[in-house]
Amino acid sequence: MCAPPLVQGRALTKRFGTYVAVDNIDFSVGRGEAFGFLGPNGAGKTSTMRMIGCVSPVSGGELRVLGMDPALQGASIRSRLGVVPQEDNLDTELTVWDNMVIYGRYFGLPRSVIRERARELLEFVQLGERRHDRVDPLSGGMKRRLTIARALINQPELLLLDEPTTGLDPQARHLVWERLYQLKLQGITLVLTTHYMDEAEQLCDRLVIMDRARIVAEGSPRGLIERHSTRDVVELRFVTTEERLAAMPRLDGTGERVEMLPDRILVYTGDGDGTAEVVARDGLGPASVLVRRGTLEDVFLMLTGRTLED
Amino acid sequence: MAAAPPMLRVLEREVVVFRKLWRGTAFSSFVTPVMFLAAIGLGLGGLVQRRTGHVGGVSYLAFVAPGLLAASAMQTAAGSSLWPVMAGTKWVRTFHAVVATPLRPADLYGGTLLWVGLRATAAAGAFLLVAAGLGGIPSPWGILAVPAAALGALAFAAPLAAYAATQDTDLTFPVIIRLGVVPLFLFSGTFFPISQLPPWLRPVSVASPLWHAIELCREATTGTPHWAAAAGHTAVLVGCVAVGWRWGTYTFARRLTP
Repeated sequence: MCAPPLVQGRALTKRFGTYVAVDNIDFSVGRGEAFGFLGPNGAGKTSTMRMIGCVSPVSGGELRVLGMDPALQGASIRSRLGVVPQEDNLDTELTVWDNMVIYGRYFGLPRSVIRERARELLEFVQLGERRHDRVDPLSGGMKRRLTIARALINQPELLLLDEPTTGLDPQARHLVWERLYQLKLQGITLVLTTHYMDEAEQLCDRLVIMDRARIVAEGSPRGLIERHSTRDVVELRFVTTEERLAAMPRLDGTGERVEMLPDRILVYTGDGDGTAEVVARDGLGPASVLVRRGTLEDVFLMLTGRTLED
Repeated sequence: MAAAPPMLRVLEREVVVFRKLWRGTAFSSFVTPVMFLAAIGLGLGGLVQRRTGHVGGVSYLAFVAPGLLAASAMQTAAGSSLWPVMAGTKWVRTFHAVVATPLRPADLYGGTLLWVGLRATAAAGAFLLVAAGLGGIPSPWGILAVPAAALGALAFAAPLAAYAATQDTDLTFPVIIRLGVVPLFLFSGTFFPISQLPPWLRPVSVASPLWHAIELCREATTGTPHWAAAAGHTAVLVGCVAVGWRWGTYTFARRLTP
């Protein structure tokens, strides 16, 4: 990458009292990239995003956003950012239209400019018809789209999205993804957090996986799967636990790695169909065999573990 | 960016909301005190007048008008610096959206106070006109009671908004109203001179910013300025705003940009 990174963190750390929310992470985001922070709840994604958004002071290490230091030039940086927070914070006392106008005024934009952009942006997120409505009765997906439109009122170079589709139904999620993809094509740099693997695969050129305040892996979705998992995964389900336990030793060597779960056995392999054939020949008698592509979810679970952490 | 100073941009939002919801606000900050003025100033004042003649050298109506002026400014200030701040930080979280823009927490705090000051000024001005129409404002100096009432409003709004930003719920707010605002309303010289109070209670009244605001307003509306005293009252009120300001810029920053 020859251009300087748009966002760069070096040994970046965030502490709240004695609690370490972000522990010494290094990352950089290039212009035009869609970059993801992936991780379970409490991994430090939101704390990182808030530092990038210049609404949370850095506790240690170094952070540069758009080439500037958030501690010294927070307002200048924020004037060139768009922020879509995890929790909607639209102004419920205002209409859809006024939400756009007032937000534009916070950036000090002239009204004529705001009017023009607001009209375009509401069309872009398919809310043109609802401009005179109040915000409260809008559906979750509409509110999220309005938040995205609002975040674009200052024509940001960098759009920060904290769990952009959490809580949305599938239709609404796909619409948001599609709009974000359009923004990416327009050259806007996207930095997003998510705990949805499919979202990361859909949107991110590159991502880091965070766990317990640290970065545990970095790469493109494909690259991470190749490095930390396998191209294919064969899922075997058995009728009884005894059958599953009996099958386990006999599966040794059928793939690169075999993992037993409470309800099924996963065989990680470079060639799913080949492995499935071997299993069928051996007469292990699984109730069902599913061959699928390796996903980020496999990488994620492998790196961050299957135990629930709250 | 050649635009309005940051604080005014915060104000703009309030104006847009106010244009839709002004009726309710106008009622509580203008109509209610006018009703008090009619009931207490004219109704009760008639009785007082018949028994004692004057209170502090003026008619009872003229005595109570500046009291109600300053006291209702305090009530407006308390109402619009507690719950709206809770809405901004916790309930609707709009303040979090604001600090993601170039505006800083201090701009938000300042804009909130500015709005309280503007509303208090408008309400005081309207009240003063009505009171003057009823004969409750004997002196043309009375016009100075408007900025005095607004300053009194800010003396309450500055620390209360600062405090509101430290809270996670509004549980304590009604307590502040019941145990703070209402007693002050009754015992800070609004309806009778504090010399009527038992001696041990008088220092409490003197410590109340509302008493200083009322005295300031009363000196203006009755046209009996004691310049040294007025300077003292002003200093106390400005002091409250200054202390509130320091605290508020800190609590807003801690709440919104931890």
